[in-house]
Amino acid sequence: MSTASIAIPTAQPSAFLRNVTIFLTEARYEFVRLLRTRAFSLSVVGFPVAFYIFFGLVMNRGEMIHGVSVAKYMLGTYAVFGMVGAALFGIGVALSGELSAGWLELKRASPMPPLAYLLAKCSSAMAFGVIIVCLLTLLGITAGHVSLTAMQFAHLIGLTMAGVFPFACMGMALALLVPFNSAPGFANMLYLPMSFCGGLWVPIMMLPHVMQKLALVLPTYHLSQLTLGALGYASAGTTASHWSGLLGFTLVMLGIASLAFRKFEQNS
Amino acid sequence: MSAVLEFAAAVSTEHVAGQAAPQDTVASLTRITKRYANGVLALDDLSLSLRRGEIVALLGPNGAGKSTAVKLMMGLSTPTSGSVRIFGGDPREADTRLRTGVMLQVGRAPDMLRVREHINIFRGYYPSPMAYAEIVRAAGLEGVEGRLFGELSGGQKQRVLFALALAGDPDLIFLDEPTAGLDIEARRGMWAQIRSLAERGKTVLLTTHYLEEADTLAHRIVVINKGRVVCEGTPAEVKSLGAASSGNSPSRSLKIIRCSTSLPAGTLLAIPGVTGAEVTGALTAITTTQAEATLRELLALDQNLHSLEVQSPALEDAFLALTAE
Repeated sequence: MSTASIAIPTAQPSAFLRNVTIFLTEARYEFVRLLRTRAFSLSVVGFPVAFYIFFGLVMNRGEMIHGVSVAKYMLGTYAVFGMVGAALFGIGVALSGELSAGWLELKRASPMPPLAYLLAKCSSAMAFGVIIVCLLTLLGITAGHVSLTAMQFAHLIGLTMAGVFPFACMGMALALLVPFNSAPGFANMLYLPMSFCGGLWVPIMMLPHVMQKLALVLPTYHLSQLTLGALGYASAGTTASHWSGLLGFTLVMLGIASLAFRKFEQNS
Repeated sequence: MSAVLEFAAAVSTEHVAGQAAPQDTVASLTRITKRYANGVLALDDLSLSLRRGEIVALLGPNGAGKSTAVKLMMGLSTPTSGSVRIFGGDPREADTRLRTGVMLQVGRAPDMLRVREHINIFRGYYPSPMAYAEIVRAAGLEGVEGRLFGELSGGQKQRVLFALALAGDPDLIFLDEPTAGLDIEARRGMWAQIRSLAERGKTVLLTTHYLEEADTLAHRIVVINKGRVVCEGTPAEVKSLGAASSGNSPSRSLKIIRCSTSLPAGTLLAIPGVTGAEVTGALTAITTTQAEATLRELLALDQNLHSLEVQSPALEDAFLALTAE
């Protein structure tokens, strides 16, 4: 009795530490793996950077939107565009591949804590998001005369990292519902319309009124309103409304993913 | 006094031979029924137990329920009814998983990680893993440790998956078709490794399509078909079907008679002991449980019979006979 009560507190921290170590190892190798997968790393980083250079720096040089330069406005929206790509492809499509190949089954049969696996995938997407935001910021400052304070930059990075979760849940739902061969196609079918309709390419107030209403259900809209707010642009709604929009979307996706996972488990 | 002792000794040895002492059973499936959500009955009242230090081969045609049985033991699936115990615990518990290792048929593993990295990731899951050098040696991966998984040949990939199963130095190892895609030399190498695992007291459950593999490697073969155990025993027992399928009846030994005969199949099947007759080209293969009686009758019926040959069935024949409709 007394030995058991002593054993439990000593066993728990070591088990916890081991799980943290497993998570760190998983996260490190997941990032390395994605970095080595050129098709992923080049396109996920390359597209937002190329779009930002073209639409934010070259085409709309010196233009202003509501007192904020286009280069700075687009920094806020392309930061979201880049991170969403990293999350949908780095988590959703990758998970779908590992699921269909039976690799996930091997991982599930091992003593690996499932949360370590999922969080490792999320942190790799975050790392890519941060890389993209750093590149965009650097380009904006050097080539677009963008000025932002250290606080604004930190806020933007923070939002990029937190913003991974809703799209990670969407990626999980996608991986569980769509067969691997069509997963990249489906991911694009969600990614591109969601980016356009959420106001990531064309400022939301320049879109037709109906689309502005529709945007209220899109996580890309809410997240980009938060990043724009961080850069000093007056957001359309309150900060709280955007956070609750993101939370609502996350919960819906998590619900879909867990239902799909239950169905997947019943058939395995 | 001594008689009483002898009697007690006899009883206890009989007990040990008849059924393993509970502490020796490392894994058991008890009266398992598994029905999938789509209505398919994969396992039908199946019971199976694995004892410490033995190599058990699970044989069966595709769709027999082999992989379902393995998945249940790995805790990847839950039974509709019945119980699964691994080391006396639930297979889904983390503590149970620390003592098991698995090699699955994996279509694709992350290609952009090196062999060394894959092994170290899996070693990290266990508090006391097998030494890295030991794993590399056992799986025969010397010289390819720095390669990306995607650059490996099929056989090398298979050996990496074997290495991952060994990573935690587990007491119970599931190997799903471990030597698929290996050349004969690599296959023999892996057999030696599997044998040495059993010698060190580890328990190995393997599924295989190579009957030769089950024959040379397994201490015990369990043949399953349509979710049920068809027969179970040592390779020798499985080959002589009767002994294994009905434990206490006198052993009927199955023989195969090959000859060139003009007798039609219907006549052959009417001969005492004959369980099957199949014509392939010029030769007819007759399976019989009473070889001598069948031969006497056969020779009497067909004076022109020639090219006569009598064989003990290979495991393959026994397997086909057992799993036939």
